[in-house]
Amino acid sequence: MTTIGSTATTVPSGIDGENIVAPTPTPAPKNRRRRRQGRLTPYALLVPSLVILAVIVGWPLIQLFIMSFQEYGRAQVFGAPAPFVGFDNYAEILADQKFWNVLIRSLLFCLVAVTLTMGFGTLIALLMTHLSKFFRLLVSVGLLLAWAMPALTATIVWGWMFDTGHGVVNYAFTHWLGLDYAGHSWLIDPLSFFLVLTIIVVWGAVPFVALTVYAGLTQVPDEVIEAAQLDGANGFKRFTLIVFPYLRSIFLVVFILQVIWDLRVFTQVFALQGIGGIREHTSTLGVYIYQTSLANGEYGTGGAVAVITVIILMAISFYYVRQTIKEEV
Amino acid sequence: MSATTATPARAISRKRVVSAPKRVLSTVLSTAAVGIFILSVFPVYWMVQTSFQPTSDIIASRVQFWPENFTLRNYNTVLFDTTRSEFLPALGNSLMVTIIVVIAALIFAFMASLAVTRFRFKSRRGFILAILIVQMIPGEAMIVATYRLLDGWSLLNTIAGLSIVYIATVLPFTIWTLRGFVDGVPVDLEEAGMIDGLSRAGAFWKITFPLLAPGLVATGVFAFIQAWNEFLLALVVNSRPEMMTLPVWLRTFQIANGTTNWGGIMAGSTLMAIPVIIFFLIVQGRMSSGLVSGAVKG
Repeated sequence: MTTIGSTATTVPSGIDGENIVAPTPTPAPKNRRRRRQGRLTPYALLVPSLVILAVIVGWPLIQLFIMSFQEYGRAQVFGAPAPFVGFDNYAEILADQKFWNVLIRSLLFCLVAVTLTMGFGTLIALLMTHLSKFFRLLVSVGLLLAWAMPALTATIVWGWMFDTGHGVVNYAFTHWLGLDYAGHSWLIDPLSFFLVLTIIVVWGAVPFVALTVYAGLTQVPDEVIEAAQLDGANGFKRFTLIVFPYLRSIFLVVFILQVIWDLRVFTQVFALQGIGGIREHTSTLGVYIYQTSLANGEYGTGGAVAVITVIILMAISFYYVRQTIKEEV
Repeated sequence: MSATTATPARAISRKRVVSAPKRVLSTVLSTAAVGIFILSVFPVYWMVQTSFQPTSDIIASRVQFWPENFTLRNYNTVLFDTTRSEFLPALGNSLMVTIIVVIAALIFAFMASLAVTRFRFKSRRGFILAILIVQMIPGEAMIVATYRLLDGWSLLNTIAGLSIVYIATVLPFTIWTLRGFVDGVPVDLEEAGMIDGLSRAGAFWKITFPLLAPGLVATGVFAFIQAWNEFLLALVVNSRPEMMTLPVWLRTFQIANGTTNWGGIMAGSTLMAIPVIIFFLIVQGRMSSGLVSGAVKG
């Protein structure tokens, strides 16, 4: 068997009809891949993953797309033919005020939750770099515990803490702060529902951001920061001018992931609605799709909402995907 | 308390004697740290401590911050009162699904990440792009199509059906992460093994695979947590009571008991959360550091 070591730059050029490709020189230490004689080996290695992804993700995705152009209700589930109706489902949704409410609600929630999560996460990460070993460990353990809580249990526990009759929050507000919160319902009012939801989601997401950014911060070379310090840069300038550029790629990954997760949040909203709260006034995109499709049996309309959601997510992550592909492949 | 800094390099440049403002700052930061710790841990603590209280105390007008009349009755109800909860069968289902998903996802992801890192082939870039994009697709959006797919194969309310879908859900991320770890194993080691008479496959299996242990643990735990926690799909696809997984059981139990049995609900929540918390503490920051090195290395 002969191995032809690929030297310095094997730039893949114009591959796969993906036009977003700008050939960049591969950095030197990465040239581990090599052309081999057994050309089929990589494909054989990919077969299991490809088959599963194609069948379980690819096929339903195509189905979903088709369904969104069909009249697909309960009758069709039981075998009636599904007539194509063109863009009727889409037109119906886009004319429906309910959909716009849900969309705007989801986007607003996403904006607030992502801002808070990124803000708190970054602040905690910066704080951790200034703590003594003991306190840093304390913060890490706390963050890990919060991170480890399953979303569903977290929601139920927070729901219990905000419980109308016997929740600890109402108790503390009433007995410690002297406010009249006895018997106060947090989930009936939509705004207050979203306050609780935001707390739950941000509480669960901050650890990921904080620990990831902290791990990134530890990789910023000390000499660079010291040099900046000597040059008289204050803390804020050091962060924006030196640290942030170093961590740009990390911030980008974390930010995009947060946007995606918060925009498609399902479990927390759904479970919190089960504890209290009015569904029509609190549903986000994920729950709306579930409601339209499975509860109301309007699969065609639900499919159209789903396709719109996927398109929004794709648009948001387009920049990230392009960056990654440029840098990585 | 000394104002210790994160890195020895910076600590050296500072004197041992700490000035007053420095000390104040250090106290403020430490207080903030304690505050963050309490905010992070309190819900977890509250879940556990409620689960050890008798119902009469839970609904008393005075809230107890520590179980004064410690009881295991709630756990007894959840675990063994079969008329009110199907916890043990749900636990069995969850365990089976999770084990299948972790093993299958690791094997498939290992193979795929080898293909992507060790070989240069035509549709490599397309595959990586596909992996990235698949991660963006929300499961909620596909739920109906997935349901119909499983229905068509008579895989609704089966362990196999749920497992296959979960494997597909975790694969993109596991491949993505493992790829970074495989990249970190020098190819020279494999070549040395091959010179010593190993086949290509043998070199992968006997040399690369063991060296990947940290990566395998990290990605395995990720797959574990996903499969253990997933809620929506299990709710729709395995809706029959005897096929429920833990999250679906927990929610059913919570809805059924409403506000009457918070102790039981908290006991169930604790039982469901404990394995995840333990696994998480085992791998600690490894997952995030893996992500960081992936992001930095590119």
